[in-house]
Amino acid sequence: MMARQNDLIGLNFLRLGIVSLAIGMFFGVIGGFQFLFPDFLQELLFNRTRPIHVSMVVSWIFLAAIGGIYFYLPRQQKLSLWSPNAAKIHFWVFIVTGIAILYSYVTGKFGGREYFMFPAILSLPIFLTWILFGVNYFNTLRKYKEPWPVYYWMWGTGIVFFFITFCESYLWLIPYFRESMVREIIVQWKSYGALTGSWNMLVYGTAIYVATRIAGNQDAAKSKMAYGLFFLGLTNLIFGWAHHTYLVPSQTWIRVLAYAISMTELFILGKILWDWRASLTTFQKNQHCNAYRFMFAADIWVFINLVLALIISVPAFNLITHGTHITVAHAMGSTIGINTMILLSSLFYVVREELPENVHASCSKQVMTGFWITNVSLAIFFLALVMAGFGRGLYEGASFQEMALQIRPFLVVFAISGIALMLGMWLVLWNAFRLLGKIISSANGEKVRGDGELSTANS
Amino acid sequence: MIFGTLFLSFVFYSAYIYTAGTEVAHGPEISDEARRGQQVYQEYNCMACHQFYGLGGYMGPDLTNVISNRGAAYAGAFIAAGTATMPNLGLSPEETSDVVAFLGFVDTTGTYPPKNYDVTWYGTVRQEDDPQ
Ligand code: HEC
Repeated sequence: MMARQNDLIGLNFLRLGIVSLAIGMFFGVIGGFQFLFPDFLQELLFNRTRPIHVSMVVSWIFLAAIGGIYFYLPRQQKLSLWSPNAAKIHFWVFIVTGIAILYSYVTGKFGGREYFMFPAILSLPIFLTWILFGVNYFNTLRKYKEPWPVYYWMWGTGIVFFFITFCESYLWLIPYFRESMVREIIVQWKSYGALTGSWNMLVYGTAIYVATRIAGNQDAAKSKMAYGLFFLGLTNLIFGWAHHTYLVPSQTWIRVLAYAISMTELFILGKILWDWRASLTTFQKNQHCNAYRFMFAADIWVFINLVLALIISVPAFNLITHGTHITVAHAMGSTIGINTMILLSSLFYVVREELPENVHASCSKQVMTGFWITNVSLAIFFLALVMAGFGRGLYEGASFQEMALQIRPFLVVFAISGIALMLGMWLVLWNAFRLLGKIISSANGEKVRGDGELSTANS
Repeated sequence: MIFGTLFLSFVFYSAYIYTAGTEVAHGPEISDEARRGQQVYQEYNCMACHQFYGLGGYMGPDLTNVISNRGAAYAGAFIAAGTATMPNLGLSPEETSDVVAFLGFVDTTGTYPPKNYDVTWYGTVRQEDDPQ
């Protein structure tokens, strides 16, 4: 069965996401080297490469999650999009805004905050197309009459809360917020905490969706446990953010609450994925070898990150780890190890479903080579950051330079493993990109053939 | 139902955070100069390399208390001239003095890393700047 024209919008999002990640990682590598050699690439200093890196890789997460939703609903769930045109507009506005944002970074025109360092006005198109996406999603799902499986809830929640927290992250434009430093920082990190919570809803929803499809039954998406964990995740999104701001002077109970709630974090997804894996037969695993491997890797990374997240959410340990590279390790572990592995699993699941003749059920050699390079180098990368973080956190002196010199060996390992990570990922991404392209061209071929038939009929 | 309850608690909790939850007693009002300095700090993306309260990029040091630790003159010179590792970003003299004023304002809001604090048996931290 070949994809139809309207299913292609989702695939275009997925491919754009791949390009975005490939480029974003390249700038990450440059940034890693600028940590060691601050003069490296004078024209494009770290204050420019960092936001380019962050924006491109965050775009990947969004594009791959959104693309999956735009694809899975019409293609596999027989829920044709309420407005395919709205999805197309979403896609093109994303590209144009993305280019404008990159231009602002390259030329050094900033004006925003962490994550959104571009001038605030460029948020407007993101904001408007997100509304369009939300309207499209909820209207599309109106056709679904049964109780929603948990992934529909998660996607919907991700959409609504991203919208809210994205607005919240711009409250600094109002002087009332901007002019009290404590309020400003707390609100900023409250919004970011919930914002990552929202994109996790989109990504974890995708994980559960793919898992139920491979398993061939809805157990993981309709059990009491699944809904229970979803609500726990939402509670984390709402109250857990304050582990970013333990050390900012604010009401103490906010922190205690976040501490308690953070302790339940991630357990959530790990539990679901673990149960799902246990229930798979060898046959099912082998039918979706690539997708299965990536989901498996995500599971391991959930475990590793869970341990780290639990440790740094204890305020007494946070005192040491806060403001160090351990936070970066946590961010990289979850965005690459968990989010990206899940989204790659989703990509290879799409490929396998759409190209059953071209793609073998077993794992493909190149993808698996990339898979192993990526995961092994990510482990080294992660450890190097943790070590550098301890170096910084435990340093007692007052000289920043001395501290920087002490942790330098770890940052060398970090930068080099970053190159390996990028190369491994590129290999995987190239294969995914190529195969998605095949799906698109076969769908276009179908259209051409279709037209041909029509003209013969006419003549 | 559960969703609605959680959503409502989100709304109320946010309202609390926006107001009483982040009300701090001490510290002067922000000056016009510091206000402009805040803008400068954003326009040059200083946060890519620096942190306040440990939040930001990690290439450079935390700047929360740089003014009381090192002095305004030192900070100004640093920003104007750059060093081997901190780039000279080409700020004008006014921009430099504005951003130093902003750093001075940030300095009045608290201490980071906290110097006087207690760790409770269950792992939370109380520090001197917390509102009582
Ligand atoms: C490319 C990264 C980078 C950017 C961007 C950057 N800095 Fe720095 N900054 C550093 C580094 C690294 C140091 C430590 C340098 C040293 O000790 O020689 C530093 C040191 C400082 C210091 C001295 C701190 C101390 O405790 O000694 C101040 C003040 C400062 N920067 C202010 C700023 C301001 C204001 C901006 C924005 C206009 C800015 N920096 C942008 C990297 C950066």
